[in-house]
Amino acid sequence: MTKVPVIEVDGVTKAFGDNEVLKGVDLTLTEHNAVALIGASGSGKSTLLRCIDLLVEIDDGDVLLDGEVITDPSCNLVDARRRLGFVFQAFNLFPHLTVRENVVLGPVHAHGRPRAQADEEAHELLKRFGLDKRADEYPDNLSGGQQQRVAIVRALACKPRALLLDEITSSLDPELVGEVLELVVELKAEGMTMIIATHEMSFAREVADEVCFLSEGRIAERGDPAQVLGDPQQPETRKFLSRLLEAGRL
Amino acid sequence: MQLTTDRPDRRAAREDARRRKARRGVGVSALSSVIVIGGLIALVVTSKGWPAVQETFFSWSAFTDSFPEVLRGFWLDVKLFVCVEIVVLVFGMVIALCRITNAAALYPIRLLAIVYTDLFRGVPTILVIYLIGFGLPALELSGVPTSPVILGGLALALSYSAYVAEVYRAGINSVHPSQKASALSLGLTNTQSLRLVILPQAVRRVVPPLLNDFISLQKDVALVSVLGPLEAFRVAQISASSNFNYTPLIAAAVLYLCVTIPLARVVDRMQARSGQFGGAGTVR
Repeated sequence: MTKVPVIEVDGVTKAFGDNEVLKGVDLTLTEHNAVALIGASGSGKSTLLRCIDLLVEIDDGDVLLDGEVITDPSCNLVDARRRLGFVFQAFNLFPHLTVRENVVLGPVHAHGRPRAQADEEAHELLKRFGLDKRADEYPDNLSGGQQQRVAIVRALACKPRALLLDEITSSLDPELVGEVLELVVELKAEGMTMIIATHEMSFAREVADEVCFLSEGRIAERGDPAQVLGDPQQPETRKFLSRLLEAGRL
Repeated sequence: MQLTTDRPDRRAAREDARRRKARRGVGVSALSSVIVIGGLIALVVTSKGWPAVQETFFSWSAFTDSFPEVLRGFWLDVKLFVCVEIVVLVFGMVIALCRITNAAALYPIRLLAIVYTDLFRGVPTILVIYLIGFGLPALELSGVPTSPVILGGLALALSYSAYVAEVYRAGINSVHPSQKASALSLGLTNTQSLRLVILPQAVRRVVPPLLNDFISLQKDVALVSVLGPLEAFRVAQISASSNFNYTPLIAAAVLYLCVTIPLARVVDRMQARSGQFGGAGTVR
């Protein structure tokens, strides 16, 4: 069985002024797989995800989505973004819209689905993740965990080819992390293709097919989760993991 | 053991002290109000010129005589205010959108919008009214209205749109960039993000400052009187000068207050409510 590549990142570089955040990153994400991006804060995980979703313009290299170079200047940015889903660390729900309105905004306005159909699909998704009772509430009235689950549902409602998850549990209280991670595990079991930037190593081990350790703008080590997290080969990886161990986060 | 037996006593003592303090507060504020306000009234009423002032400014018969006419004039103020306000709300938004556009082809429009806001915010409203009211008809262009009411309204709209455009722009800039990133990530276009996500949040946030501008527009409608239309202030002025009694002006002032004070309370309430959501935070 040949694995179909969904996202290919090829030699991507990105600098903000003099600060070189990405210094040539290569990454391949195949269908139904999940890649976990780990690394210290500021190592470029978020920037890489934003580059893939074309929220940040890259300096050099290519990003391919289903074989098409989406970072080519002639490529339609909006069209490429419609095929990807993004979940932000700080949820970024729209505070002036109810949960349901947040979820149907993309399907109705970006994908041109009829309102009734979008409402129906939103209801199904919210119900599946136990959020249907909160559909008419505003995001501010929800707990952090619920807000982040709504944000995931909002991304799923657009039926993305792949999901990009940017440290989705980092702004949650510890007791709320579980409900969000469970949802991601469920999506993985259904075969969702994902890139997951995370600080939760046990979660990376459980859900990812491959772990990439990002350090100083490059992928310093990659491989099977058990191998990278259990028996790292590179000194930087070892240093990073031992620091996590000391902090009691491993 | 001792703690539990002591506690009710201490609570009662504390409540007692709090009540005493509150009572003293009310007493002190009532007394100081009486002294200050009473003093000011006494100062005015005992002044040498008071009987004359009372006769020329606060004559009840002059008030009742002129009031119906001033009220009719005030109706013109209200109509003008409402029409100008609607134009200002729309035109101000157009100018704000022109200023935030960054498409290269629209550069001249952005430049015009900047020049416009700088110009009309920088020139006193009364000057704008003179220039438009007397200058525009003097050009003798066909199709240009000559009615002083319309010209005055146009001048007010031009002047106030510049202020309101800046209020809108501040609101748009106050919406965090992550909201735009979030909208774009769903596959919305730039225009859709602005219309569906940024503007609804921006407009909700600027409602209190917009209402403040409404209040000053409501007063500044009186400036149109320099062009001659018979609005409240002009009517009061005519009545005052024909009877050598200024009471009609007080009647006009009372009418303006009848509109501006309730508006001010509405603003207060809205500001208090937006404070509940954390000031610059989310307002629904």
